Amino acid sequence: MSRLRDALERGEFVVTGEIAPPLGTDLSAMRRSIETIGPYCHAINITDNQGASLHLSSLAASRVALDMGFEPIFQQTCRDRNRLALQSDLLAAWTLGLENVLIVTGDDPRSGDHPEAKGVFDLDSTQLLEVASAMNAGSDMIGRPLKGGTDFYLGAAMFPEAEPWDIQMIRATRKVEAGASFFQTQAIFDITKLERAVEVMRPLGVKVIAGVLVLRSGRAVDFINERLAGLMVPEEIGARIKGADNAASEAVALATEQVRAAREVADGVHIMTLGLDDAVPEILRGAGIS
Amino acid sequence: MIITRPRDWARIKQNLVDVDAKSVFIMGCGQCATVAGTGGEKEVLQAKTKLEQDGFAVTGWAVGEVTCHSGGTSLETRKHSGDLDAADAVVVLSCGAGVQTVADSVRQPVFPGLESVFLGNVVRHGVFEERCQMCGDCVLDKTAGICPVTTCPKGLLNGPCGGMWDGKCEVLRDRDCTHVRIQRRLIEQGRGGAKLLPPKDYSKKLKPGSVNIRKSRKGGAE
Repeated sequence: MSRLRDALERGEFVVTGEIAPPLGTDLSAMRRSIETIGPYCHAINITDNQGASLHLSSLAASRVALDMGFEPIFQQTCRDRNRLALQSDLLAAWTLGLENVLIVTGDDPRSGDHPEAKGVFDLDSTQLLEVASAMNAGSDMIGRPLKGGTDFYLGAAMFPEAEPWDIQMIRATRKVEAGASFFQTQAIFDITKLERAVEVMRPLGVKVIAGVLVLRSGRAVDFINERLAGLMVPEEIGARIKGADNAASEAVALATEQVRAAREVADGVHIMTLGLDDAVPEILRGAGIS
Repeated sequence: MIITRPRDWARIKQNLVDVDAKSVFIMGCGQCATVAGTGGEKEVLQAKTKLEQDGFAVTGWAVGEVTCHSGGTSLETRKHSGDLDAADAVVVLSCGAGVQTVADSVRQPVFPGLESVFLGNVVRHGVFEERCQMCGDCVLDKTAGICPVTTCPKGLLNGPCGGMWDGKCEVLRDRDCTHVRIQRRLIEQGRGGAKLLPPKDYSKKLKPGSVNIRKSRKGGAE
């Protein structure tokens, strides 16, 4: 059984991390990252052509993590595959031993490194959650019985800080109805917005894992605000990182505060290190999570 | 209407050079390309000047009434058969449908002079926007008359996606998120929030499209 599911269902505060597979076949750096953060995480997200840019597949990289003794969250975006390929990969994921799946829309190709690519989006993330739920119930999306089904623990993304919230809420509710058991949120900077999301989602029986971003440098702040869709670093937080003598240690201090705050509100934290993997133990220790 | 834009002139020239054409006939279109300001009489004459400057002889030109209409284009080319016979190649300033109609009507190599870009709404004179993809499986009944297939850059039926911020689209940041607009209008009309739309049936839009209303008039299938 998925350790992530087990922990969340027992009410344990969970920690998830995030790894991007390499551009190429040399897995050594990815293995080092997994080794660094793996021992502190209940599960590690393995991204799927993150930022609409080419990486080794999440399917293969998730299996690497599993073979190393860590639990992956296989990420699947709707951008690169049609409904046949998506279902085929979900079946493959289950046979490879991948139990957790995070289903997201995916960034548009024009924001990535292959802007000439055709964005597929044959299904959207809510529809794909329904498809994966159908697989858990033993059939494909056209209702044909599977010879051997799946029992995925399904997750979805949510952006509690983005307005208008009433419309986000409708969207998130549809994702729960479609079979999401947990949410991983985009980076949280305003804890009151996380609270309002948890308040609505918890009664639906879905777990909320709060996103924490380690803003390792002033450049990272600018990059996120200019380039990353839907992640807006508030001015005072950007100024705090940019004004610090040591931006990296300020980022760790900030992330530690955020994890501590999220602990009072959410069911877990999802730490995105932006490469500062070594900071994870310090952040968790500082936040009182061993 | 079909929106077209001028094709890279160097490509048109190269097309003509590749078939060793010295003389050219130009065909425009009196419908969409005229309204779009890409293939009417004015643009045909501009193309004529440009071709002549580049050393090609222009044997003649015409602006077909509706260049995608097979019968009309066939008639138009017969009217200009003398000029056409003298040309080594034909450049067509119309959408791709018109280019093909002309290519079926003449014996010479026919080259596109425009790029066909979308089915456009005329927002105001000279301003066009894409609002319909002609998907063959309309969802506007469920989406408050705003097409997510076309106006959401990702074409998501259900949204907003995770990039929406302050009601704005993540891909085209100066535009309002289509899904926020849909939900807002549905709520304003007292229709509640959008229901989950099922996956689209792409078999409704298999290429090439073909409709024959004569058959249904006779009581046959569509």
